[in-house]
Amino acid sequence: MEQDINITITDRDGVTHKVLAPTDMAMNLMEVVRSYELAPEGTIGICGGMAMCASCQCYVTSDTELPEMQDDEEAMLFEAYNVKDNSRLGCQIQMTPEMEGLVVELAPES
Amino acid sequence: MIKTDILIIGAGPTGLFTVFEAGLLKLKCHLIDALPQAGGQCSELYPKKPIYDIPAYPEILAGDLTYKLLEQCKQFEPGFTLGERAETIDKQEDGSFIVTTNKGTKHQAPVVAIAGGLGSFEPRKPLIHNIADFEDKGVEYMIKDPEVYRDKKVVIAGGGDSALDWSIFLSDVAKEVTLIHRRNEFRGHLDSVDKVQELKNAGKINLVTPAEITGILGTDKVKGVVVKQAAHIEKEFEIECDHFIPLFGLSPKLGPIANWGLEIEKNAIKVDNSLDYQTNIPGIFAIGDVNTYPGKLKLILCGFHEATLMCQSAYKIINPGKRYVLKYTTVAGIDGFDGTRKESPKAVVKKIE
Repeated sequence: MEQDINITITDRDGVTHKVLAPTDMAMNLMEVVRSYELAPEGTIGICGGMAMCASCQCYVTSDTELPEMQDDEEAMLFEAYNVKDNSRLGCQIQMTPEMEGLVVELAPES
Repeated sequence: MIKTDILIIGAGPTGLFTVFEAGLLKLKCHLIDALPQAGGQCSELYPKKPIYDIPAYPEILAGDLTYKLLEQCKQFEPGFTLGERAETIDKQEDGSFIVTTNKGTKHQAPVVAIAGGLGSFEPRKPLIHNIADFEDKGVEYMIKDPEVYRDKKVVIAGGGDSALDWSIFLSDVAKEVTLIHRRNEFRGHLDSVDKVQELKNAGKINLVTPAEITGILGTDKVKGVVVKQAAHIEKEFEIECDHFIPLFGLSPKLGPIANWGLEIEKNAIKVDNSLDYQTNIPGIFAIGDVNTYPGKLKLILCGFHEATLMCQSAYKIINPGKRYVLKYTTVAGIDGFDGTRKESPKAVVKKIE
């Protein structure tokens, strides 16, 4: 079994959670947030992880080297609200050993 | 007043399959949906994407699934109130419910099945200061009847499939179609992108990118829009039009259903999963993605199962004391309300000499 990684997530109420995420279950960051119920069901991952709704937008505050942004993520973020330079869609960040130490803040619900 | 046996709120896959299961029990259904077409998320969010976990379909496009569900239930003649959102519910003295939409359409039924998925899809509105003044006066966030645009000048904004597909469609209907997007890149099905390119080259669609609408012109109705374009040098200009259609996607909201007195948990409606998916209000059921119970999974296939059990309970409410046993469609065939009958061919009894 592969190693779990440490992820720090600040929820929409400003509370910070340090959580362990498995790297061998093909989970993405949005799914990690849902599995720990850090945002109410129905307010995150609405499109199921197709980069089609931006409900999993988050701000990445660590200098973790992230997977490169694909066209569909970039297009979605272009249309989303509250977008900052460090915005990413959680559903597009896969939990791999390289994500160890990732720190993110969930963007407001829109 | 529209009267039916089971009033279904939400015309997604679960709602559509309910029509079939109810039909087997001779119950009639009517569906209300905020979207202008049936299919729910499957037709609105990802019609061209494949689903891999529908039993017996190794792969099926969400749009095709909708089509097949409509085909499967059509002999039970469901009624539809589309493009309207269920707003209020009132219990009557005889135990039935009256559901009224935001457009004032009234529906009455002894059983209400909420198959509302993630809620009703509300359009994401662009941040234009005076847009609210022109809603339904030339500004439309979704296209319900394309004929409205015949021989009109139309401006569409957006960069996804719906903006592309409607630009293509309206280029044949409207007098003039202008498509405006904040980027040069569009995000859609390859066929659609290629088609828009073709129509642009043929002069049938005016394409303005990268640009955005910053204001709407007119007094009591839309006369034009103000466009800010940022190619090479920034410039601002006006485009004369009769309609402005911003298509920036839809985001689902549980909406008015949240105020119906139903027990809500995790943005979903709590139901009795040990029996029939009834809510805390007898006669109101919740099925599919809109409900929650211990171990709930938001899967289309789970919605189908929930719909089937729910219909059995609805039968008992509508026909108290009346006997019924489950029949297999292979054995009993299907008698449609439209007079059609489907049945398996009879075996031949013949001597072999």
